[in-house]
Amino acid sequence: MREPTDLIQFSSVNFAYGQSTIFRNLDVGFAAGKVTAIMGGSGSGKTTILKLIGGQARPQQGEVICEASAVNKMTHRELFAYRKRIGMLFQFGALFTDLNVFENVAFPLREQASLPETAVRDLVLMKLHAVGLRGASRLMPAELSGGMARRVALARAIALDPSLMLYDEPFTGLDPISTAITGNLIRTLNDALGITSIFVTHDIKASFKVADEVVLLSRGSVTARGKPSDLLESNDPLVRQFVNGEVDGPVPFHVSSKPYREDLGLEHVRG
Amino acid sequence: MTFVRKMLSRLGRASIDSIWKLGEASVFMGRVVSRSSIILRRPSLLVAEIHFAGVLSLVIIIVSGLFVGLVLGLQGYETLKRYGSTGAVGTLVALSLVRELGPVVSALLFASRAGSAITAKIGIMKTTEQLSAMEMMAVDPHARVVAPMFWGGFISMPLLAAIFSAMGIVGGYLITVVVIGVDSGAFWSQMQTSVDFHHDILNGVIKSVVFGTAVSAIAVYEGYASVPTAEGVSRAVTRTVVTSALAVLALDFVLTAFMFTGAH
Repeated sequence: MREPTDLIQFSSVNFAYGQSTIFRNLDVGFAAGKVTAIMGGSGSGKTTILKLIGGQARPQQGEVICEASAVNKMTHRELFAYRKRIGMLFQFGALFTDLNVFENVAFPLREQASLPETAVRDLVLMKLHAVGLRGASRLMPAELSGGMARRVALARAIALDPSLMLYDEPFTGLDPISTAITGNLIRTLNDALGITSIFVTHDIKASFKVADEVVLLSRGSVTARGKPSDLLESNDPLVRQFVNGEVDGPVPFHVSSKPYREDLGLEHVRG
Repeated sequence: MTFVRKMLSRLGRASIDSIWKLGEASVFMGRVVSRSSIILRRPSLLVAEIHFAGVLSLVIIIVSGLFVGLVLGLQGYETLKRYGSTGAVGTLVALSLVRELGPVVSALLFASRAGSAITAKIGIMKTTEQLSAMEMMAVDPHARVVAPMFWGGFISMPLLAAIFSAMGIVGGYLITVVVIGVDSGAFWSQMQTSVDFHHDILNGVIKSVVFGTAVSAIAVYEGYASVPTAEGVSRAVTRTVVTSALAVLALDFVLTAFMFTGAH
């Protein structure tokens, strides 16, 4: 599941939240310069993958490698230097609610680069222009719609020109127009800036339109991987259930439990 | 026997949890203090937090101080009248305020007003992933968010206690001198001769610094350690107010025992 051209490589990663195992011996790579969609059911560990890449979570075993450096072994200083090359879009934007749109996008520039105010202003306006929100620079986050907030957060995430973009559920809660805009931005930014993009999502339609490659997670490991067209044509029952949104299948409708009759106290009743 | 064992087991678990939490809080505060140089490099962050914790608490501190002073004046006057020494009411009001009520009551008010706000702000930033976003932008929230809040509270608290005491004395003056008619000269001169700068005022300032440190540390830690849900933040805010109140009262007892027993 890994290639030498991969920018990020997971090598025999074991990860658990307390007693709950998320990944067992996970081996997966993410290609440089490509847009990769990570998909899977709720609780399959999609967001955890982003946290492991960003160093916000550390595996109990195995390594997460980015450009020959093990992210999970980095010191605090090394991790922060590494994160300067990463942009991350959070599920609901995570904008700073006490700062307006302009100041939100300016935040990483002010914190990480000693630029004159005129340069900060120009860069912020360029980033906001790229996401179509230059005209909203003076609005507060509370005045933005969900889609607009996500785009402002995207402008903030690309403020420092990252080489790797991570997107956590970028389409959740968006109307069809905002979904199309966000999908288009992910694709355009990846190609225009020559970066690597990884996003996690449930949205088959939007992600298959944008992604070069799809990684399907299930039960702590990679179930399928390939181009969107490969997954659409797959005969694997799990892939088919996920892609077609079937209620029952390899992922059962019912959570494992005692027999229904036993739960209702009817085990001695005939018929 | 099983009941006793269960009780002992519960007690043991609670003790271990408390020690564990205390350890976590100490490590957290160590991290915050060691990354506090940001407030010297960017004093505007500290000023904003002094405004948030201190200036916005002024109204409640001024009003409460005034009323506490009014009550102290009334009560003091009624008691001292029996002994014919109503002139000493200024001394009573001032000593009660600078030694005890100023630091303690303003710390309790500070915990309710500013401590809860600090916890809620950090907790909501955590819930809405603002702290995670900051980390992913290679900005350390301990330095950028928590340290200015902690030091803002640390600096604000003694100032608020001083304002509380001053307003209390004004309240005492208004009720006893202006309303009741106690001699103004006696009120101020007795206060001046009886209140010692080192023994009374400085000890009061030390108390308010200790309370400010405790309340600010509890507030930032509870916010940072809160469970990132609406209920989690609400519980954290409650814990801040309750723990701060208990810590202030316990610390007050310890400090009073050291400061005001013995020599005088």
